[in-house]
Amino acid sequence: MSKIVYEKTKGLTDNPFSYCPGCTHGIIHKLVAEVLEEMNLLDKAVGLASVGCSVTSYNYFNCDMVQASHGRACAVATGIKRTHPDNFVFTYQGDGDLASIGIAETIHAANRGENITVIFINNGIYGMTGGQMAPTTLLGKKTTTSPFGRNVEDHGMPIKISEMFATIPKVAYLERVSVGKPQSHRKIKASLRKAFQYQLDKKGFTMIEFLSSCPINWGMTPIEAINYVEKEMTVYYPLGVYKDVGSDD
Amino acid sequence: MKKVLVKGNEAMALAAMRGGCEAFFGYPITPQNEVPEYLSKHMKEAGRVFLQAESEVSAINMVYGAAAAGKRVLTSSSSPGIALKQEGISYLAGAELPCVIINVMRGGPGLGGIQPSQSDYYQITRGGGNGDYQILSYAPENLQETVDIIKASFDKAFEYRNPVMIAVDGLIGQMMEPINLGEEEEKEYPVPAWAADGKKGGPRRIVSSLFLDPYDLEAHNLKLKEKYDLMVKKEQRYETVNLADAEIVLVAYGTMARVCRSAIKELAYQGIKVGMIRPITLWPFPAKAFEEIPENVKGFLTAEMSLGQMIDDVQLAVNGRRKVAFFGRAGGVVPEPNEVVDAIIKFKEELK
Repeated sequence: MSKIVYEKTKGLTDNPFSYCPGCTHGIIHKLVAEVLEEMNLLDKAVGLASVGCSVTSYNYFNCDMVQASHGRACAVATGIKRTHPDNFVFTYQGDGDLASIGIAETIHAANRGENITVIFINNGIYGMTGGQMAPTTLLGKKTTTSPFGRNVEDHGMPIKISEMFATIPKVAYLERVSVGKPQSHRKIKASLRKAFQYQLDKKGFTMIEFLSSCPINWGMTPIEAINYVEKEMTVYYPLGVYKDVGSDD
Repeated sequence: MKKVLVKGNEAMALAAMRGGCEAFFGYPITPQNEVPEYLSKHMKEAGRVFLQAESEVSAINMVYGAAAAGKRVLTSSSSPGIALKQEGISYLAGAELPCVIINVMRGGPGLGGIQPSQSDYYQITRGGGNGDYQILSYAPENLQETVDIIKASFDKAFEYRNPVMIAVDGLIGQMMEPINLGEEEEKEYPVPAWAADGKKGGPRRIVSSLFLDPYDLEAHNLKLKEKYDLMVKKEQRYETVNLADAEIVLVAYGTMARVCRSAIKELAYQGIKVGMIRPITLWPFPAKAFEEIPENVKGFLTAEMSLGQMIDDVQLAVNGRRKVAFFGRAGGVVPEPNEVVDAIIKFKEELK
């Protein structure tokens, strides 16, 4: 007798991912999709695809999906959630989209305490357009538009989104995680579950920041890239819970 | 129902609610502020959504979200604000989403001024955003017509799954006139099957304007084109005045058309027969009105509160069959009827 010990989640479609080998978008998609399925949210979820590598994420999440213009996912999500308060609404945005062009929409959605969940992917680079500097690019990091390395004088310091958003009163849950270690995945899923539940309980704005890798544009092997996330990125971007208003029970 | 005396911007807000507007997202800008101010008082108590966004860019994207989820949604703004919304309008057209946009036009370019203007004709009719698209746009001349058009505009937006714009100049937004709003109807507006509001066991819906394969995008462009062609066929609206015995025909819309009406009367006293074609839709432009030009008509004088934008469409419609001249004031200056009278007399001399 054989027994099923693992199945692909129903939260993902059968469309093959367009992501590069070694990129952690795939793992993050899987974790988000599994939690959507486990919490029976697939039938009431509306997801927002943003602009960047995850622009085609509407092909992968097995729920209703809306593709937003660059940076505006939180505004589009607001329009959906305000007119359909019973839907579960999440955005999936990269750091160029969220922390650069879309920072206004994101801050104001958080400040209004929109009951939406933001999945924020921080890999410190513009992946889709070919490796340009992002507001989150670490100091010294060479990119196609910072060929001598990011420096404070010209570019300022990398923006710490979770630290900034933790100061906003109507943010209900905020955590920075990294998917580099498989043993962390259960814990990350518990965090996603909590954020999703807070949205269902109308507690306010929730966001999980994922530190993510971009081996192609970083010029690294997948293993080197994962190690870079765990050893370098987490020094400037410490993992942890930045805000938790607490659950009712 | 009795007539009520209201200010233009409030009349538009009232009409939108009568037309079944379920949600409003906007950002303050003069001279349209009474639209959101009125709705902020009355939408919530009617169980509908009102939200002041942090910018016009955000407002139009909230509109995109509510429209993607199948709601009858409105935004309003004025020229520079409409410029900021153009990206969103392009996305709405690309993703085939319905919405209604009120544009209370003021002078430009740049910050320009806050006085009434018609200098955004190109922006409205030539696609202010990127890509091959059109929006159905109306330019009423009085409050009753404005109210009637707005009440019907949500149905039009859903019929074509396309943005609809009501473009009035600041004068119409700020003036008071009696209006009849008609009877109030209690209607339910079910969310359409294409809308993304949770698949509820059914097939999942994707709302997107992205087509990475050029052949797919071309097919999408051709599908949109069919829709625009249908609008050109079915939606041209205009009014004609005195065409049967006019020697010169004015072409004017909105407030400019009202100024022209006064000029036509004055010219009649002087024995000069002048008529008017008044476009009510800016896009599609009412080219049909120019198909049969009566023998008595010797020329057209396009009058605009701009330096000459609609005149391009008038020339295309007239297609060399008659002379086309122009009169316009810019910067928010509303011309006096005697300025139009003088322009007609001058044009009449040129036609001799």
